[in-house]
Amino acid sequence: MEDIEFEYPNAQRRITNRAHIGVVGSGDMEVLFEPSEGAWAHVSITTSVNGFQDAWKVVFDRFFSRFDGSVLIQVNDAGATPGSVLLRLEQAVEALGQ
Amino acid sequence: MIEANVIPVFVNRGSFIELSGRERAQALFDKGTWRELVGPFDRVVSPWLPMQGVAPQFDDGCIVIKGKISGKPAVAISLEGAFQGGSIGEVSGAKMVAALDLATIDSRNGKPTAAILLLETGGVRLQEANLGLAAIAEVIASILELRQYAPVITVIAGTVGCFGGMALAAGVSSYVVMTREARLGLNGPEVIEQESGKDEFDASDRALIWSIHGGEQRVEMGLADDLVEDSLHGVGSAVQRFVRAGKPTQHRSEQVELYRRRIVALDASSQIDPLALREQWKSLNSKERTR
Amino acid sequence: MEESQLERENAMSEHIGLRGKAWFQALTGQNEARKEDPSSVLTADAIIGDERALFLCVIPNRDSRFPCVRDGQVGLEEGYTLAHRIREALNADKDKPKSQKRPVIAIIDVKSQAYGRREETAGLFLAAAASSDAYASARMAGHPVISFVVGQAFSGGFLTHGYQANRILALDDAGVTIHAMHKEAAARITRRSVEDLERLGQQIPPMSYNVQDYAKLGLLYQLLHVESLLEPSRSEVDEAKNAIIAAIVDVRKGPADLSVRRKSPAAQKSRKAGIAARALMEHQWKNV
Repeated sequence: MEDIEFEYPNAQRRITNRAHIGVVGSGDMEVLFEPSEGAWAHVSITTSVNGFQDAWKVVFDRFFSRFDGSVLIQVNDAGATPGSVLLRLEQAVEALGQ
Repeated sequence: MIEANVIPVFVNRGSFIELSGRERAQALFDKGTWRELVGPFDRVVSPWLPMQGVAPQFDDGCIVIKGKISGKPAVAISLEGAFQGGSIGEVSGAKMVAALDLATIDSRNGKPTAAILLLETGGVRLQEANLGLAAIAEVIASILELRQYAPVITVIAGTVGCFGGMALAAGVSSYVVMTREARLGLNGPEVIEQESGKDEFDASDRALIWSIHGGEQRVEMGLADDLVEDSLHGVGSAVQRFVRAGKPTQHRSEQVELYRRRIVALDASSQIDPLALREQWKSLNSKERTR
Repeated sequence: MEESQLERENAMSEHIGLRGKAWFQALTGQNEARKEDPSSVLTADAIIGDERALFLCVIPNRDSRFPCVRDGQVGLEEGYTLAHRIREALNADKDKPKSQKRPVIAIIDVKSQAYGRREETAGLFLAAAASSDAYASARMAGHPVISFVVGQAFSGGFLTHGYQANRILALDDAGVTIHAMHKEAAARITRRSVEDLERLGQQIPPMSYNVQDYAKLGLLYQLLHVESLLEPSRSEVDEAKNAIIAAIVDVRKGPADLSVRRKSPAAQKSRKAGIAARALMEHQWKNV
């Protein structure tokens, strides 16, 4: 079990909505998007699969290269692939509507 | 703050089983009348799962939605079968018990509030063992309180089905709605094969499993009330009908004399033919229950 | 070779049902089922303190026509017989004032529910529900319902016979276990070794197989120490009777629901998350 954190200080666009996507099933994850406390984005991941910190960073770096909202993102993960992670993040953005 | 909770139109014509636990519960309510309580944003998670390296879920696998069904107050309590097999832990159990108890308080105060239990569950969450088992005992107790005032409707759609201690929750409910795909039983096929051997129950024999535990068999046996199509309309209209019907005149779990007669008449000298048992029990029937 | 803990517990598990019968006899003076009932279900009215109570116990029946209950599992006949006898007492006392509704005392030593195809075909879940319903209905009507765990109390067996009680008492002994699933099966399903499970149980009280850890969850009214589980001395039986009587008195002072299981000091610690979830639900419910 690992807890992983990332900060994205350039994600400064104000967000007012929130969204929840996904289920913590085997090979899947859930994610919460909420307005951040300030003009930055913060990511917290709780994952039952250890040793993939770098892979998570690659996924989130890619995500935040296209998304600039200042959100607090929280993930509970049970082994989602990078592709599935990105999909869930994109679904969350769509649900956010911002 | 805007919640993005829109169900796409195409889903309304589609499978109920393919919906998540949350979507199933939401789909039952009159439009615009519902709200989720103690949802994922409240982050009331299991304290026990992270201690064992298991990722928690923000709603602990139990979704509570309050609102109106057919214009009447109702609460839906839905288990997410994809999270830990829908199993009952300390928090998910507490949410279920609390929602039932609050519906009872409202009902006693003149606002009868039906409860719809969407049960996709294997029973106790073994990582929380005794707290899960205790919670199930409390769920049973709380259903028995509420059903005096308002109907408690169990919906089992599949694919997990309803097994373990939570099958008793189905057993004490006012009404049980099942799809063909759904299964209901105290012990699942794998557990029986494990405890009593493959001759007793071959867990790889799907036809055998559904012939005993499946929705059609349970309804034909009189152990469940309605067999519905796997669709939003199929499940939703059955739920609405039972909400409007109110409490039945007698509950299945109170019909002890009827079932004692049925068990006395069982020929246990060999395995029982499920189809033959349907006929035997129809001839040992009680008076019709409220529909 | 040193006996492992598992071996010791397996040896004790051969005693399943014997403890139930021994304590049923010690408390009621009887040791057989009524002739109309299957021989696996002992029920009797007997005096405890200064009142008559209904005692119930499920024991093994090696000659049961249902092969999967012969080792003391709770099956179809057991579930409906328990329900029948409880409802009989419920009806007999229905016009009595609450203080005169007879206590219902479950003596528990059950291996599990029955694992059988016949049972599943004939709807064992409903037999279990019917018994659970009867116990709860007695409790809700004002009968003090007391459970006395003298051996094993597992999963569906305990839900059927005993877990709807107002108060639960247990003997403090390595042969007494309250749990959701036997170790070997739980190990297989969670893909861990039995040793892993035992170790987890030391860190995680709800997973423990030790009844002293169960007591920390706040669900137990009292843990009783007794030297011989199978042959309790006269004074030990009296001590158990007094504890049951005290539990009955305690029940009659309070509500008929199971709220005491959340309110005990031990529960306030061990069930914090569930208690918080409930409080939050209460708060949010009012605002919809």
